[in-house]
Amino acid sequence: MSAFIALDGVSHAYGGLTDAPAVEGLSIAIEEGEFAAVVGPSGCGKSTLMKLATGLQFPFKGSVKVAGEEVTRPVKIAGMAFQAPTLLPWRTTLENLLLPLEIVEPHRSEIRRRRVEYAARAENLLSSVGLRGQGEKYPWELSGGMQQRASLCRALIHEPQLLMLDEPFAALDAFTREELWCVIRDLHAARKITICLVTHDLREAVFLADRVFVMSARPGRVLVERKIDIPRPRDLDVTFTQAFQDIVQEMRSHIVRARQ
Amino acid sequence: MNSNLAVRLAPWLYTAALFIVWEAAVWLFKIPIFFLPPPTAIANAFVEYWTPIYRHSLYTLATTLIGFGMAVGFGLLLGLVVGWSRSIYAGLYPLMIGFNAIPKVAVVPILVLWFGIGFVPAVLTAFLISFFPIVVNVATGLATIEPELEDVLKALGASKLDIMRKVGIPRTLPYFFGSLKVAITLAFVGSVISESIASNYGIGNLMLQAQAQFQVPLIFAGLVALAVEGIVMYWLMAMLEARMTGWAQRSGFAQA
Repeated sequence: MSAFIALDGVSHAYGGLTDAPAVEGLSIAIEEGEFAAVVGPSGCGKSTLMKLATGLQFPFKGSVKVAGEEVTRPVKIAGMAFQAPTLLPWRTTLENLLLPLEIVEPHRSEIRRRRVEYAARAENLLSSVGLRGQGEKYPWELSGGMQQRASLCRALIHEPQLLMLDEPFAALDAFTREELWCVIRDLHAARKITICLVTHDLREAVFLADRVFVMSARPGRVLVERKIDIPRPRDLDVTFTQAFQDIVQEMRSHIVRARQ
Repeated sequence: MNSNLAVRLAPWLYTAALFIVWEAAVWLFKIPIFFLPPPTAIANAFVEYWTPIYRHSLYTLATTLIGFGMAVGFGLLLGLVVGWSRSIYAGLYPLMIGFNAIPKVAVVPILVLWFGIGFVPAVLTAFLISFFPIVVNVATGLATIEPELEDVLKALGASKLDIMRKVGIPRTLPYFFGSLKVAITLAFVGSVISESIASNYGIGNLMLQAQAQFQVPLIFAGLVALAVEGIVMYWLMAMLEARMTGWAQRSGFAQA
């Protein structure tokens, strides 16, 4: 059985072949239900990896497979969240959550009929990230951390098998960030969803992930793959243990080397 | 004083102050009436020539609004087209800038050549001068869609039309309604320019005739009539903007 996300010898450049490639000879395999984190120096092609795995970009060399199928168009089974919450200010939070359902089939053709049901699903999702009863508020009435929670909900509303997170907590203060680590940890545990987290934050990667991939400087490829065998469920306290610190140290030295 | 009341009264007080200072300056410096008439003389002209002022103002308002209406339709359409595709944007942008740089007063003789004097050139001048800000604003609204949001939707299989409908057009509305305030005042400029060069009707023509007869207070009465129309239309556009895009105006900036 092959991996859920499998990139094999992938090279990609944005401006065509004449440009310096963003990634070169990139191979990565993420199992179904796994929580993978990708770390690396700035500009190492982490975001390119996201775009390749969701079918927003296609490689000029190598193959990208998601759920066993060659990616030739947007994968639709993925939800995405970014550093900016990008909620639409003219929609309430609840309406923002429903946006993906207005786009993706089969919900798209059913949303008129099943709107009440979908709204209830969105409410449930909001409750599960600590935003119970906030659905009627507009995004700008929510704090940054609350907006980011809503953005996560939007990524999950169509019950994707895959969640792609591109530095989703980078713009938050330290306490809110750790709160949201726990939110995403619990979502992963409850939904058995495959998650790929791109981040600069090594503590975040080690705390959340089953495996951490360290990428090289541009053109990016995987330098090191490190299994994180800290038992689950993990509590925030684990981040203060020596074992945890040691793994973070080790990751840090890989990154330092990758930057040279 | 209650600050809410202060805000509500401020426009009237400032306007009254302007006219009082004006009147006082004319009186103090003994400025002759044919050079700068005082507000009281302008008011007299208003009373004396009320019927022609009223009729010509309505005429100008009509030409302006028709030209403005065309500008809204065409500007919105062109803005959407330009915002839709980068290559269309790249191709049309220099043309539009070049066109906008042409003084519209120079276009009026051509319009007269094509359509004769009067109504049509006035409408077209109002249209030509006012569509540009609408196009630019609509295109800007579309061009500034967050790429991350585009990715979120594209990854779900959204077509370009989906993204346009769900994100592009709603997010363009504040830019669009904002541009209407600029466009409506420009439209007045356009119609009056055309009327004062090539028409037998309208405020522009009225002022031209008043000038020929050296009735300076009447010229100024024409200007005031235009200003009032401009303010009323601007205010209507601002109301429309607030009504349609309240979500975009939540800043407490300068509320005191």
